[in-house]
Amino acid sequence: MSSSIQSQGTAEVHPDVLLVERARGGDMAAFEKLVRQYERQVFRISQHIVQNREDAEDVVQDAFLKAYEKLDQFQGNSKFYTWLVRIAVNESLMRLRKRRTGRMVSIDEDVETEEGSMPRDLADWSPDPESLYGQSEMAEILRKTIQGLPPGFRVVFVLRDVEGLSTEETAESLGLSIPAVKSRLLRARLQLRERLTRYFKKGTRAKAQDGVK
Amino acid sequence: MTCTEFLQKLDEMLDPEVAGPLRAELQQHLHCCEHCEITLNTTRKTIEIYRKHELYELPDELRERLHEAILAKCKGCSK
Repeated sequence: MSSSIQSQGTAEVHPDVLLVERARGGDMAAFEKLVRQYERQVFRISQHIVQNREDAEDVVQDAFLKAYEKLDQFQGNSKFYTWLVRIAVNESLMRLRKRRTGRMVSIDEDVETEEGSMPRDLADWSPDPESLYGQSEMAEILRKTIQGLPPGFRVVFVLRDVEGLSTEETAESLGLSIPAVKSRLLRARLQLRERLTRYFKKGTRAKAQDGVK
Repeated sequence: MTCTEFLQKLDEMLDPEVAGPLRAELQQHLHCCEHCEITLNTTRKTIEIYRKHELYELPDELRERLHEAILAKCKGCSK
């Protein structure tokens, strides 16, 4: 067994840790298992950040390659997935920076806004908002709405609420403090809620016929 | 409890595992504040909807292509 991975009690070793150990020893099939397990999630997270499919494809490749090259640095005291997500988030931000011709992009960008810190539109939603729109129209509404959030809010919402990471894992993946994650999550949720109210509030059925404007 | 205080604890309210005095206090605020009740319910629905609709699915064909490319690159690199 490799020496640098600290397994905290042999009974508690996550299966990923064993795969990482094997991959470090040159077992490509073990690494392939890790890729299979997480490529979908890494793709989704990357696309949420870069908002472009071709860039997300590149990020997925670069993130796994970087993970492979850095396997020796994986300490095993966090989940492999959390570690991988951190690499993917950094690769995504680098990709955004390239697209914006070198301008620095960080997950702290535009997070100082006061928008959405208090709900303003308090209209209740239709009891079944999803019945107001067709499947593809709904997907477009959701995409447009989430794309309108600052990247630093968007990524917190995606990791925590969509991908189901814990607050601690989200903080670790993004290099943020737990209070910062909590505060961004609240703002992201409230902003999304507010923006979706426009489409889902009671009495929007007639407008839904006009499609997404 | 004010609405601002309630909002600060919204995450706890959305977490079914949070129980005890805090939840009771939050529930008490909800009984007398329709605005916060709407905010809570529509926020919960926002999360549910985003979780349910996979916006960026990875099609099988692309997945295979990416998968092959990743493994080829890793095999070619010196770890």
